[in-house]
Amino acid sequence: MADFRMPALGADMDEGTILEWLVKPGDQVHKGDVIAVIDTAKAAIDAESFCTGNIEQLVIGVGQTVPVGTVLATITEGAPPRAQRAPGAPPVRKKPERPPRPKAPRKREPEGVAAGPGQPTPTISPLTRQRARDLGVDVATLRGSGRGGSITRADVERAAAQQRKAAAKPAGQPGRRIRVSPRARRVAEELSVALASVHGTGPGGSVTESDVRRAALTRETGPPSGGTAPAGVAAPAEAAPQRVTGQRPPAAIAEPAARSAAERTRSMRQAIARLMARSKREIPHYYVSTTIDMTSSLNWLRERNRELEVSERLVPAALLLKAVAVAARQVPAVNGYWEDDQFSPAAAVHLGLAISLRGGGLLTPAIQGAGTLGLAELMSRMRDLVIRARSGRLRSSELTNATITVTNLGDQGVESVYGVIYPPQVALVGIGKIIERPVAIGGLIGVRPVVVATLSADHRASDGYTGARYLTEISDLLQRPEDL
Amino acid sequence: MTPDQARHTIEEAVTQIAPDADLYHLAPESDLRDGLELDSLDFLRLVEILSERTGRRIDEDDYPHLATLNSAVKFLAAR
Repeated sequence: MADFRMPALGADMDEGTILEWLVKPGDQVHKGDVIAVIDTAKAAIDAESFCTGNIEQLVIGVGQTVPVGTVLATITEGAPPRAQRAPGAPPVRKKPERPPRPKAPRKREPEGVAAGPGQPTPTISPLTRQRARDLGVDVATLRGSGRGGSITRADVERAAAQQRKAAAKPAGQPGRRIRVSPRARRVAEELSVALASVHGTGPGGSVTESDVRRAALTRETGPPSGGTAPAGVAAPAEAAPQRVTGQRPPAAIAEPAARSAAERTRSMRQAIARLMARSKREIPHYYVSTTIDMTSSLNWLRERNRELEVSERLVPAALLLKAVAVAARQVPAVNGYWEDDQFSPAAAVHLGLAISLRGGGLLTPAIQGAGTLGLAELMSRMRDLVIRARSGRLRSSELTNATITVTNLGDQGVESVYGVIYPPQVALVGIGKIIERPVAIGGLIGVRPVVVATLSADHRASDGYTGARYLTEISDLLQRPEDL
Repeated sequence: MTPDQARHTIEEAVTQIAPDADLYHLAPESDLRDGLELDSLDFLRLVEILSERTGRRIDEDDYPHLATLNSAVKFLAAR
């Protein structure tokens, strides 16, 4: 029997809260299946099972906050007993308890590229999609009347009109642009709450996350008896006309609500504060930097991208990340963990990516096996991670095993960045902005695009000589982009 | 595409990419990417959406035209 414990989703996590169980006792799970949603200081994370077997018992209930390492559930390992399956019946599919997510597009989700795992999206033009978003219509609930079942603008507007009628309140005036925080919008999508029917109590009448949760709660359980909702909120059950089949159990919606934006910001800062203070307290950092000529890389990229559609084009960051990962395979002393007074090199390069969130703070999910991925694959993983980090849908495995981290602040315009190492990792690479600079070439001055790459490394695990060799390796790789 | 349509298309695209971005307080001649804090992936997405909505190919060589709101409007409207 195996214990499913509260995972440490990064070295900065001490405790977590069960937001939702996606399995129940008796369910079969496979290694990697998402079985719970866990709220951490930084974000709500999809927690994956470490093993294959059957859920025996859920030990910790929804809403409980427990320290890292606490047993959350017990799993009987191995193949499930045959008796549990009807003869000839197919094995229980993954995530049996997960209600289908509403398919409304999230903000920032690229259409077609690196989209989340296999949800067929209805055919809909971007303009219509935008219109649906403005009107608070969940396109997943619509039946398209257009060619090949595609959803037309008329479909969206008809649905919006019905929502307004059902809501019978002034909130959904035609064409009114509802102000909604991104987080509230995501929560609304997840809970299938029609934004047009939610009464906003935020600044300027904007809809906040708690407004959405209140609307969902009212819909699920009737008006709260405690009368906590402000007068006039009135989101009666019929105000949610387009609820998706496969409703979440009320418990998942009522409590515990994921943290509010303000709480999230505070807990995020505290988590970053703890980890960074620990890093600076424990890790003797040393720093090296080098200026890399990007002429070959950019020329190669330009040629490559010229033939491609926008969705397939690479950004220079993809090339830089690839070089960082490949070089880490060649200089293993920067790739791994400092644990128990010694350095343990990692077998693969899981490249942590510092991703700044728009509301402040950052997450550092990892691109698994980045050193062996092709460039196109690395690029799409990078896009996917950035989108999911910002929309709050990362998986536990992505947050646990980075072996080296890269920060690409150059994208925000600075020439160089010296980062703070994420313990127990031993190195962090900083990429600056690619800028044109006068460079001496063969005794003459030329103008070349260059980038400053820096390395912050743990002096316990390596010496400056090794760090220098690592940066030089990155630079060399970028002179031969066709080999990356 | 008229300049007004172009401006509207750009505003919609930006709203989609960076919901919190404040396009309305951005000076029309200031740098879009810096002003809205778009990273290179955001910018790629912007190009992608503009290309989808206008039905025209936007090459990398065209990117400088998308530097500011004004230049982007001019670029899209000229097509």
